[in-house]
Amino acid sequence: MNALHIKKGSSRKSAYDLKNPLGDIVETHTLAVIVDNEAGVLARVIGLFSGRGYNIDSLTVAETDHEGHRSRITIVTTGTPAVIEQIKAQLGRLVPVHDVHDLTVEGRAVERELAMIKVAGTGDKRVEAMRLADIFRANVVDSTLESFVFEITGTSEKVDAFIDLMRPLGLTDIARTGVAAMARGT
Amino acid sequence: MARKMTGAQMVVQALKDQGVDTVFGYPGGAVLPIYDEIFQQNEIKHILVRHEQGATHAAEGYARSTGKPGVVLVTSGPGATNAVTGMTDALMDSIPMVVLSGQVPTFLIGNDAFQEADTVGITRPCTKHNWLVKDTEKLSETIHQAFHVATSGRPGPVLVDIPKDVQFADGTYKGKPDTNTSHYQPRTKGDADAILAAVEALEKAKRPIIYSGGGVINSGTHASAALRALTDGTGFPITSTLMGLGAYPASGKSWLGMLGMHGTYEANMAMHGCDYMLCVGARFDDRITGRVDAFSPNSFKVHIDIDPSSINKIIHVDVPIVGDTGSVLEDILTLWKERGSKTNSEGIAKWWQQIAEWKKVDCLRYNASKTTIKPQYALQRLEALTKKYDRYITTEVGQHQMWAAQFLGFEDPHRWMTSGGLGTMGYGFPASIGVQIAHPDSLVINVAGEASWLMNMQEMGTAVQYNLPVKQFILNNERLGMVRQWQQLLHGERYSHSWSESLPDFVKLADAFGAKGILCTDPADLDDAIMEMITYDGPVIFDCLVEKHENCFPMIPSGKAHNDMLLGEASTDGAITGAGGALV
Ligand SMILES: Cc1ncc(C[n+]2csc(CCOP(=O)(O)OP(=O)(O)O)c2C)c(N)n1
Ligand SMILES: [Mg+2]
Repeated sequence: MNALHIKKGSSRKSAYDLKNPLGDIVETHTLAVIVDNEAGVLARVIGLFSGRGYNIDSLTVAETDHEGHRSRITIVTTGTPAVIEQIKAQLGRLVPVHDVHDLTVEGRAVERELAMIKVAGTGDKRVEAMRLADIFRANVVDSTLESFVFEITGTSEKVDAFIDLMRPLGLTDIARTGVAAMARGT
Repeated sequence: MARKMTGAQMVVQALKDQGVDTVFGYPGGAVLPIYDEIFQQNEIKHILVRHEQGATHAAEGYARSTGKPGVVLVTSGPGATNAVTGMTDALMDSIPMVVLSGQVPTFLIGNDAFQEADTVGITRPCTKHNWLVKDTEKLSETIHQAFHVATSGRPGPVLVDIPKDVQFADGTYKGKPDTNTSHYQPRTKGDADAILAAVEALEKAKRPIIYSGGGVINSGTHASAALRALTDGTGFPITSTLMGLGAYPASGKSWLGMLGMHGTYEANMAMHGCDYMLCVGARFDDRITGRVDAFSPNSFKVHIDIDPSSINKIIHVDVPIVGDTGSVLEDILTLWKERGSKTNSEGIAKWWQQIAEWKKVDCLRYNASKTTIKPQYALQRLEALTKKYDRYITTEVGQHQMWAAQFLGFEDPHRWMTSGGLGTMGYGFPASIGVQIAHPDSLVINVAGEASWLMNMQEMGTAVQYNLPVKQFILNNERLGMVRQWQQLLHGERYSHSWSESLPDFVKLADAFGAKGILCTDPADLDDAIMEMITYDGPVIFDCLVEKHENCFPMIPSGKAHNDMLLGEASTDGAITGAGGALV
């Protein structure tokens, strides 16, 4: 039966085992997706990710061109190189999608996220929170005698680091916008 | 062409402007204004089906046999949800289809109104695109855009959801635009460098194979013509997926038969052993590849597809070419000829010798019987007796479908309608109705299993009402045969719920609908019975009682490689073990 004498492999590999020729290392990519700002477009993009089992680490969306009815969706996603290529191709074939930019491969990009962080406490902890906020250039946008709301802008890593520092100092609430990103230069 | 009219008038006008001659539909409260307009005109024929799923499959049959989009009209709520299976089927098989659904009036949307469903929400993942039109001013351009999206690039189903107040309101009708200005313009022309790389490798190939798919059929007859010219010019062997049958003629000298799970031994072995694979309009589906990491391990692979997301999705290829299969094949052919029509003829001659060895295995052989009708024999007789007719074949899903693909030969594209990607039981009968509407004078046969056929048997009413002489050729094994086969091979012969109990008397059933029924139980009567079916002027249910426990071979069990085929009963012991059993 095996007329070509090709070595039989293990039958445990299934037909659905997507053997990835480009490598199995998971990468994080930031995609900027330019879409028509029409009803249901976000549901389409999110439905694509959930339906095909892709990851969304961060997602931001807002209209960026009112007259042209365009919105920009910034998605941070993780996957093997083959999966990232599939995600881009799948996004590209949605009818309201105009452009898909992979900011991670198209060159250097700046990424920023805004977070608001509420820290409750008095005494030393309150002083320490204020001192650290200063170092991180976080602004106080609300304060009571027992709490602060800090506003911090930066890379997601910077926001993460600040949040970690605030945890032992009385952190009670976090609101993050998700990543906005843009390619550098012209 | 800007004219004032109501939304309902716009729907009918837009269909006329798009050249639509037939709509498959079913009325209800939310589409009454459109039905009122349909009543008052004669250009567009409306076919009243008996279930909205039937409308969608009929539209698919119409589309696949003509190359034109199929059009469906359904009401809100249950009308739309009943159409979901057909839209999913059309999405999987890339069939152009435009579904118009009624919706509750805009001011009731979100109120759980009577027969309200979130139709665009439900159908978002099973359409190429869909629209809810909330403003009559936007209705006509949306319908024209819907036709553009359904038919351009990789074809597929679209849906336009039209609230009832939008149908009643007045607006300005805009005609079909001369050029479509939308940004949705999929690339059709292949990249010249990639085409050159494909041709260079083609010229050197020692063990080449062409693996073609439904994309060649979808591209139109020029694509099939280019495929034939390239195949016959190079002398390369060719195989095709279930969806691609007929693009290259079954009688052609280079034809190896279908490949994949129930494909021929020679086609699968050639796929496994080739050094050059030209994949045209196919997508390396799991029914084709078997075990992915053992798929054609030593070949240089070229993949032509209009959908960039098909490329490198499952199998990594050496030369991807994004473009329309017809246009790219023509470019390849032209370049290859310009460069002197070179092939490695010595290598190819040896390759054909190897293929001849594989053919000797005679993989489609079966044990003949004088007492019971073997399903394979029934199809061989059907083939012999209908071949000379202007013939269209549809199928249901199951063993009979695979046997039909193996034993019927297709000489031309658009002659074979089957549910490939979704595997929808209940597809074939309504599809045969759609084909017959498009080709009133042709012989249209649905090769069916009794279980599948019952899933949309209500369409017998449609066939009789419109006097459509569709032939329902039921290979009745009183079993969910394909399920039973898997249970035999995979689940220790525990036949859990794979019987067709309490089957109707199909002859009486035909009679009850006002059609003709024919029962055939003896191989000796088969030819006469088939001739009676063909020559009868009207719909026929042909109840062909066949061997109950026949298995469909060859078979590559899920999770196995192409060169790991089961050829017949003797090779099945312990065939599927371990993790392979978890696959579908
Ligand atoms: C709608 C639907 N339900 C279930 C299945 C699973 N299935 C695949 S083949 C099959 C049996 C089909 O029986 P029949 O139509 O009699 O064809 P046979 O295999 O006996 O030729 C079933 C249940 C399916 N493909 N589609
Ligand atoms: Mg059956």
